[in-house]
Amino acid sequence: MANRIDSANAEAVERMVEARPVLTGLGKALDLIPGMHENLLLHAGPPIAWGQASGPLRGGLIGALIFEGRARNEEEAERLIVSGEVSLAPCHHHSSVGPMAGVISPSMAVYEVENRTHGNRAFSNLNEGYGKVLRYGAYSEEVQERLRWMHEVMAPVLGAAIESSSGVDIRALLAEALHMGDEGHNRNKAGSVLYTKQLAPHIAKAAPDAATAADVIEALGDNALSVLNPVMAACKAMADAGSEVEQSTIVTTMARNGTEFGIRVSGLGGRWFTSPCPQPVGLYFPGFSAEDGNPDIGDSTITETAGLGAFAMAAAPAIVTFVSGTPQDALNATLEMYEITAAEHSSFTIPQLDFRGTPVGIDLRAVVETGITPRVNTGIAHKEAGVGQIGAGLVRPPLELFTEALVTFAEEYGF
Amino acid sequence: MDDPSVPDDKAVASPTATLAEIRAGSYYDSVVLMLLQRALAGLPGVLDAGVVMGTPANKALLAQSGLLTDVLQAAAAEDLILVVKAESESYCRSALARVDDLLAARRSNQTGAYRPKSLTSATRMMPEAEWVLTSVPGRYAAGVAREALNLGKNVFLYSDNVGVEDEISLKDTAASKGLLVMGPDCGTARVNGFGLGFANRVRKGRIGIVAASGTGLQTVMVGIHRLGCGVSQAYGTGGRDLSADVRARSARRALALLKEDAETDVIVIVSKPPEASVAQELLSEAASCNKPVVIDFIGYVSTEDQAGAPSNIRFARTLDETAEIAVRQTAASDSQGSFKWDSPATQATVPHSQLMPSPPQQTFLRGLYSGGTLAYEALFLLQDSLTSVRSNGPLPGGLVLDNPHRSEGHTIIDLGGDAFTVGRLHPMLDNELRIRRLLQEAQDPETGLIVLDVVLGDGAHEDPASELAPAIEEAGAAAAKDGRTLPVVAVVIGTDGDPQGLDRQVKQLEGAGACVFTRHDYAMRAVACAFAGGGEGRHHIPSELKLSVPKSMGDVSNSSAFAAINVGLESFTDSLRDQGAEVVHVDWRPPAGGDERLASLLTRLR
Repeated sequence: MANRIDSANAEAVERMVEARPVLTGLGKALDLIPGMHENLLLHAGPPIAWGQASGPLRGGLIGALIFEGRARNEEEAERLIVSGEVSLAPCHHHSSVGPMAGVISPSMAVYEVENRTHGNRAFSNLNEGYGKVLRYGAYSEEVQERLRWMHEVMAPVLGAAIESSSGVDIRALLAEALHMGDEGHNRNKAGSVLYTKQLAPHIAKAAPDAATAADVIEALGDNALSVLNPVMAACKAMADAGSEVEQSTIVTTMARNGTEFGIRVSGLGGRWFTSPCPQPVGLYFPGFSAEDGNPDIGDSTITETAGLGAFAMAAAPAIVTFVSGTPQDALNATLEMYEITAAEHSSFTIPQLDFRGTPVGIDLRAVVETGITPRVNTGIAHKEAGVGQIGAGLVRPPLELFTEALVTFAEEYGF
Repeated sequence: MDDPSVPDDKAVASPTATLAEIRAGSYYDSVVLMLLQRALAGLPGVLDAGVVMGTPANKALLAQSGLLTDVLQAAAAEDLILVVKAESESYCRSALARVDDLLAARRSNQTGAYRPKSLTSATRMMPEAEWVLTSVPGRYAAGVAREALNLGKNVFLYSDNVGVEDEISLKDTAASKGLLVMGPDCGTARVNGFGLGFANRVRKGRIGIVAASGTGLQTVMVGIHRLGCGVSQAYGTGGRDLSADVRARSARRALALLKEDAETDVIVIVSKPPEASVAQELLSEAASCNKPVVIDFIGYVSTEDQAGAPSNIRFARTLDETAEIAVRQTAASDSQGSFKWDSPATQATVPHSQLMPSPPQQTFLRGLYSGGTLAYEALFLLQDSLTSVRSNGPLPGGLVLDNPHRSEGHTIIDLGGDAFTVGRLHPMLDNELRIRRLLQEAQDPETGLIVLDVVLGDGAHEDPASELAPAIEEAGAAAAKDGRTLPVVAVVIGTDGDPQGLDRQVKQLEGAGACVFTRHDYAMRAVACAFAGGGEGRHHIPSELKLSVPKSMGDVSNSSAFAAINVGLESFTDSLRDQGAEVVHVDWRPPAGGDERLASLLTRLR
């Protein structure tokens, strides 16, 4: 019976690794995301009610309702949600993922990624860049103005460009970016440049005029995170390909809503296991300290779930310093993750480890046995809505999540 | 505030100062800059600091923290901004002056290579490793050993407290996979020229050894090396292997390996007396080896019983004699089929003398051993000379010491016995218990002579004589204060290649007044002679015999390669690395953090 777990895990991980996510388009959330409706807001992490939501998540929800024209201020937004007129659901319940607050509203533009191997799709929103941004809970007029420009000017051009490019193979792009010093989560510098380069000629053709083309290309090229959202959608498409495999102990979701950290396991269907979210350990921007930090937030842990991010840290020694580390620590971080994973990725390889594949497919059993919890590279949000990113660091989900899931798994399958 | 490196600041109207610097065209990764910023913020008098590239977003962040000065407004995105807010302008200047040092200082703190947390990942790191050494606590040891076997590795199982059922099933699994399990409770082995556990540095040579006893194996290896020859392979089996339950599963497998080994000409088997039927089985396997086999079952068959043994088998009476016979036989091993045995010269040759005072009458021997097999051999070799010797590990039918912590008449103690090692290090690693016992014996007017063994080699204490020699002096002084003389015999088991330095150990012990031997059987003859003398005069005792073997046998340095995975005692990793082996050390923890409910759940889920 136990061998059945091994073969189920092999199947789940093989599906994750074999998945070939391609960015195929950009459109309105209402039109593309399954189950999306006029009165629904999607958010990062496991399910949560307004009353439990942290500052940045509330800010993101308020900002989205203002963007939708449903509310003019915080009070109106809160009323809509608390009254139940507008409901909340995790992005993950709708084949979607969003960084930080991860709020997706019906009229927002979303990337569509298609897994060409298994046919499933995944979605993510547009990346706003740095500073005061909705994903960190900022919703001031300048944030709204930026969102409007992105949706009115940038999105149509970008959508046409993606269509004219006949798709961007995100798996191939990531494989190349790993060889250029990215790990796909906190560092997407190379990937964003590759992404911009690949779309630039199509943007030039699709834009109504040269100035618009220049603006769009500049916005993509200046933002070292512009590819993060397509990458997350790609990772979601890969992780979903490995989910719902009977008897598999592979973790297919890790996500945080700013209050709780949640995981889901392939063989346990859509069930969430949650526990209070720890605060990241890391470096803070000038003027901020740990006291200002929010507990960890965002769906971006989908990258680690798919064998990137902290799992591919060895490829990105440049950012190991945010936990005061050395290049050797970067290697050690990836080597440690091999302890709890079922396979090595056939597409994502690490030059620094002699082109070994990244560790992929977190096995619940290995986490509980070794006590090693997955590493996550993360940005740190200010605990108050609207301030934005105040640092970057490392976080690990609590061990009890995995223990609880394992005990449940054993009960479910009668071990 | 009292930092002398900070120039005095004249009184300032404003309580704080902010100073900024722009470095055009410098590029640093943003996290390097964050670290620098943190370091600056920690300097004396500094209230806040900013180290960022001059992008609009960064400038906006600085403005929010009140760090954006007029000068900085002009900074471009390619410019590095350094800004410090401090209690005074001089603090600002001191801080900014440190920037280059702080940027340079980060380079030096390198951290170590990755240590895997599991056997599986260690195997992935070093797939070529053929051996796994295990010294984790007994209740986990069988699990680790089983995992190693399943990964196709041979196992050196140092851990004790492994159940006999586990031992049998591990050894059967090993046999079905063509692998070898040494142990449980195996302290010593030598594989491809590399010592595992407690092992002496000896030459590579053509004598292969199977041993169910650690110090027995060490003594034979050392003897072979001293006589100019070397060891091909030395396999331990664990002390329980030759019992009626385990039936020499490992010994027979090891014997088969040596039989097939083209580099082994002569085979040695060492053990405390095995269970009789097991001994017979082993003997018949040995008889089929078609190689000369020298056996020391420590008193099991004396040399007089040689007549009945198969022609390729020779019994030895002592560990050192075992080495001697094996060495003589390597020279004669060209002859296929018929086996010519020289008679050992040990008993006859007394080349020159060494002096040792005889103990007074009505005093007794106190043997304080760290090696269990040496203690056992001492009992055997002295059984005809001394009456009523008590021990915590007596010969069959011998007298048991009532209280292992208190000597009674002639006493020989194995301080590596269970009563002494629960919850503490083995006396070959930790001298403290033995030193305390030595001083206790010195206070006892009935103590006439003390014997200590000092076992050198990898894995053992790094300089045992440095601790034992002062204790020997102190013991002598304590006896002298009472008007007694207290001779101390020290038997040093070691080679000139051992890391402790054989000469250095001998000199330190002699310097403390000990009578030092490097052959245990000679030491025992000397002890027997001393007591036979009854306290008057001095007696001639044999010094050590040297066989004339050419010195060109090579040294202990190793040209072969060895790769292993070590799970447990870190000193085993260190000693293998010292010997030039490739080792992956597993940073082992109990499964599921020692939670037995989860661990058993995991077993079901594996």
